[in-house]
Amino acid sequence: MSDSPVDPEDVRHVAGLARVDLADTEVDEFTEQFADILEYFEALDDVPEVESEPELVNVMRSDEVSEGLTQEEALRNAPETEDGFFKGPTVS
Amino acid sequence: MSSDHSSPTDDSHNAFITESTVKGDGAGPLADKTIAIKDNISTEGVRTTCGSTMLADYVPPYNATVVDRVFEAGATLVGKANMDEFGMGGTTETSAFGAVENPVDTDHVPGGSSGGSAAAVAAGDADLALGTDTGGSVRNPAAFCGVVGIKPTYGLVSRYGIVAYANSLEQVGPLANTVEEAALLLDVISGPDSRDGTTNDGGADSEYAAAADGDVDGLTVGVITDLIEGADDGVVDVFEDSLDELEAQGAEITEVSLDSLEHAVQAYYVIAMSEASSNLARFDGVRYGPETDADGNWNDTFAAVREEGFGPEVKRRILLGTYALSAGYHDKYYKKAQDARAWVKQDFDAAFEGVDVLASPTMPVTPPALGESLDDPLQLYLMDANTVPVNLANLPAISVPAGDVDGLPVGLQLIGPKFGEETIIRAASAVET
Repeated sequence: MSDSPVDPEDVRHVAGLARVDLADTEVDEFTEQFADILEYFEALDDVPEVESEPELVNVMRSDEVSEGLTQEEALRNAPETEDGFFKGPTVS
Repeated sequence: MSSDHSSPTDDSHNAFITESTVKGDGAGPLADKTIAIKDNISTEGVRTTCGSTMLADYVPPYNATVVDRVFEAGATLVGKANMDEFGMGGTTETSAFGAVENPVDTDHVPGGSSGGSAAAVAAGDADLALGTDTGGSVRNPAAFCGVVGIKPTYGLVSRYGIVAYANSLEQVGPLANTVEEAALLLDVISGPDSRDGTTNDGGADSEYAAAADGDVDGLTVGVITDLIEGADDGVVDVFEDSLDELEAQGAEITEVSLDSLEHAVQAYYVIAMSEASSNLARFDGVRYGPETDADGNWNDTFAAVREEGFGPEVKRRILLGTYALSAGYHDKYYKKAQDARAWVKQDFDAAFEGVDVLASPTMPVTPPALGESLDDPLQLYLMDANTVPVNLANLPAISVPAGDVDGLPVGLQLIGPKFGEETIIRAASAVET
């Protein structure tokens, strides 16, 4: 790793992956803060590999129809709907 | 249930985002109690904002399981409590609906992220409150506002209807003025839920309130020395006084050290941010969220809505979580954080072979002044050093008022083994005056 692990292009790249637009001032601020925070996270390198058995079990239920939200309720908070469907932006 | 939207109280501390009265049914154990509910817990017909512009107009079409349970127990909702945006913060200053004042000293923060819940109880605006605790968000504001807060064992309480931030870490927890009242609320909300596959039956027939009997004779309390070193002197003095109090009542005090805790804050933030980056992907402005007039394709529109709807701390955590999970960095950050989490769990298991409960100051500092903390996110993260290990290890913990430093409250944190709620409730009830 170089002295500063983060440059503005890294922040823009990650923001693109996360689908969050950023103003230029936000990019500058985050570049500085992320360098500090990621440097702090570097200490995880000292953590040994740990053998652990996760306490996981499958939780099953029978596949029975039960009451749920009505279509109207499910759509109530949407900014835009059409013919009983959510309306999203153009895909391409 | 009946509801009206009149203002039941004078909300002078900005503890509530929405004031709304909804009366519960029946004559259960909470029949004469008022309750504030954190605004990331879904309430049918009452808007649930998560302290975010993204959900400023969101009105859930259903109740969270814990909300159904408090209404069935007869409680009356008085309002939805202010909070750090999506639970991301420790001071309630990241709320899009303005900061909350600490009722004990209004120049100071109430802690967070359940700051409105703690402030409502401390100010007498509600008898009880529900918060959520992902890395300390119930215990931190309980300590800072001088009230009691409990973070239950993971899976003891249903998360159905909670707006998810970091699923593997978070639990709903009660806040109240006394240990017994907080325990009673935990009795009401705990127990399995078919709508949350991570719930267990650890609290199914609980009698937590009855455990608040103050009997600590013969109890072994292990002081976690690693969590004393970074604490302010005044906080440590109050903490030690509370240990003396327990000792005078027959408890045995010993010291323990957990080497893994050095990495707990790093591990917590990597895991919480990674889970947040995935959970908050759902806020794309299609099913809920602000309307924008952004042109362009699907991705451009999403990115514009998310720029507008999220505040700086939420963006920071989504981006860092995305980074930690991205190609080339996953093993370096996320995998190492999971190793650290397993190590923390093992350290706690080993410690509980020798003691009944573990103790530390809940917060290493007293509540910061309003406006003092927001410039340096890393410093804020470090303030969580004593609370996050509990979430990493899925354990129960309680914060109980222990005293004050120059009028600012200090909390004692007592940590129990898995399903050790009764033990920490019993120990905490011996400390309260």
